[in-house]
Amino acid sequence: MKIRNILITLVSAIALLISASTISFAKVVGDKIILGAAVSLTGKYSSNGVHTQNGYNLAVERINGMGGVKVGGKTYKFDIIYYDDESNSGRAAQLAERLIQQDGVKFMLGPYSSGLTKAMAPVTEKYEVPMVEANGASRSLFTKGYKYLFAVLAPANLYLDVAIDLAVEKNGGKPVKIAMAFEQDAFSQDVRLGIVEAAKRTGSKIIIDDKLPKELNDMAATLSKVKATNPDVLVVSGHTKGALTAIRQISEMKVDVKMLAMTHCDAAKLSKQHGKASEYALCASQWHKSLSYKDKFFGGGMKYDADFTKAFGYAPPYQAAESSAALLVYKDAFERAQSFDTKKVRDALAATDMQTFYGNIKFAEGGQNVSKPMVLFQVSCNDDGSKCENKVVAPTKWASAELVHPIPSWSKR
Amino acid sequence: MDLLIFQAPILMVQASMDGILLGILFALIAYGMALQWGVMNIINIAQGELVIMGGYIAYFMYLSGIHPAFGVIVSPIIMYCVGWGMYKLVINKVVDKDLFTSILATFGISILAQQLMNFAFGADVVVAQSNFGTTMLFNNSVTLPNAKIFSGAVCVISAIILVIYMKKSKLGRAIRATAQNARAAKILGVDTEKVYAATFGINAALCGIAGACIAITFTLHPYTGLPYTVRSFMIVIIAGLGNLPAVAISGMGLGVFEEWSDYLLGTEFRIAAVFSLLVIILVYRRFKLARKREYLK
Repeated sequence: MKIRNILITLVSAIALLISASTISFAKVVGDKIILGAAVSLTGKYSSNGVHTQNGYNLAVERINGMGGVKVGGKTYKFDIIYYDDESNSGRAAQLAERLIQQDGVKFMLGPYSSGLTKAMAPVTEKYEVPMVEANGASRSLFTKGYKYLFAVLAPANLYLDVAIDLAVEKNGGKPVKIAMAFEQDAFSQDVRLGIVEAAKRTGSKIIIDDKLPKELNDMAATLSKVKATNPDVLVVSGHTKGALTAIRQISEMKVDVKMLAMTHCDAAKLSKQHGKASEYALCASQWHKSLSYKDKFFGGGMKYDADFTKAFGYAPPYQAAESSAALLVYKDAFERAQSFDTKKVRDALAATDMQTFYGNIKFAEGGQNVSKPMVLFQVSCNDDGSKCENKVVAPTKWASAELVHPIPSWSKR
Repeated sequence: MDLLIFQAPILMVQASMDGILLGILFALIAYGMALQWGVMNIINIAQGELVIMGGYIAYFMYLSGIHPAFGVIVSPIIMYCVGWGMYKLVINKVVDKDLFTSILATFGISILAQQLMNFAFGADVVVAQSNFGTTMLFNNSVTLPNAKIFSGAVCVISAIILVIYMKKSKLGRAIRATAQNARAAKILGVDTEKVYAATFGINAALCGIAGACIAITFTLHPYTGLPYTVRSFMIVIIAGLGNLPAVAISGMGLGVFEEWSDYLLGTEFRIAAVFSLLVIILVYRRFKLARKREYLK
């Protein structure tokens, strides 16, 4: 009886020890580096959540397949624990807590959208766990003094200010008249701030500044004002719904502007859904496959596009590309840190200065990526509108086509 | 800038026309809500989801190569069955309970419907193209998309058909009788169970028509149903139950008010303006009712 008791105690003690050790060393189990991610697999962000997950998975597979991560003379492989945050910021914060506390994750990947990233960042910051995120561009993420948050993408206020510079350039260097319609959410308002700054810088005048309510489906009033005031540039940002509504109503109401700049064109599958009506729209993008950035894992943008399409059956939107880049950043940081100590990895992340297929990555004090400019592409269609393409027109260094300016009037289209 | 509408008075015409066309659409949805609220004493929180579901039917017709405008015929037929099934599955269990129970039940249905639609149709915002073109008035200064005019016409026609049907048909008479006094109607041989199911089906069918119109004029997304529920709820509150012309007028009135406040106050205040108006109307009503009550005393 006594022996049995001792045996039971021994077994349970060992079990406890093992379980305790897996908790405290869950960040690295055997030859695996465990990363944690909460992404939106259900709920309103689920399509972009899936793009994010696919981007992460493709990079994990590629890095593991090409030799993994070498730390301290040993080779490790990436593995990701996923949870579904249901597109809900409360849930995202809970899951961050769970990944860190229960699963013992020491390195996090970001969720989809600024809102969810904003919910998770305070948690990762509290536990001093580094988070490399690829889908939260809101400026407010980078002004809070977070030390453990790193974003591979350009902040929201840089999305469309290039368009204003372009309009001024096309206007012979003279200031332009700007009409703006932005949804009232954190991201779109950050894009708006960028435009306001660009307007100040170029001496341009903002003649319409409409803030669209979130539930609004109808921009007819704003567009009537645009028609009446005839501005040089119309800037619209309101996620995919805003982009689709804008193109639908601009074409229906025959609103003529010289330049139309917007966000979320490829996420909204703008040219596929609206065909020729979307032609000449200028769209801000974090990435485009035709850019000539290179790395040894994915080669270039064209190869990434082909590999992603082969793996998942659809062309990668930029949300997938930036997610893949987040893994490349982690690999690079681990190898420079030569350690799994979160502080050392954090410092290595902060010192990142590299080129990936997605663009150059170098983090500013606030954690945002400052060395990758946004690109603008313009939708260009064939004569009957059956096939539309996105062609990069700015910045000039990456341009693959000439900007069509001014946009031909509706009576001639 | 605020007073652009006075510098270019033609915008007043544009704003009013846009408002009326927007309001008619909301009025049709509110019409269905008023009907089943009046008959069954149920506030349907899932109203917006029924609308979006109807929209997706038109969208899938569009995807399979049929013109989405035919959705205004197909969608109500399918939605009638959906509404009927919904009644048989859930609503008949809460129809004689208090209002709170039915609100909870329909709230549950709305969440379920959102998730199911998200699961089935994906989380992308979609549109169906009608290619109806545009009507230009007053030397091209007022533009009205034909899709909106089409939707407005469809809504008006369906409302008229429904009014006539309610007046003339046997089922219509049974519905009206049940609305007045369900127990008495039952005693006089009306199968109220059937009437309730039909009412809920008709409501869903109206939502289906409105949804098909929304597919060709606005955008569809599984989670965008709520604004339609809230708006139709508001219209019904202002118009009162069982007063169908008032529903139409308050729908259009709110639409015009919303468009005008966009020009006068700014886009960010248009929804706020509508809600403020609702508060004012409710407070005014209260005072009027209070006076009446005093008089009765």
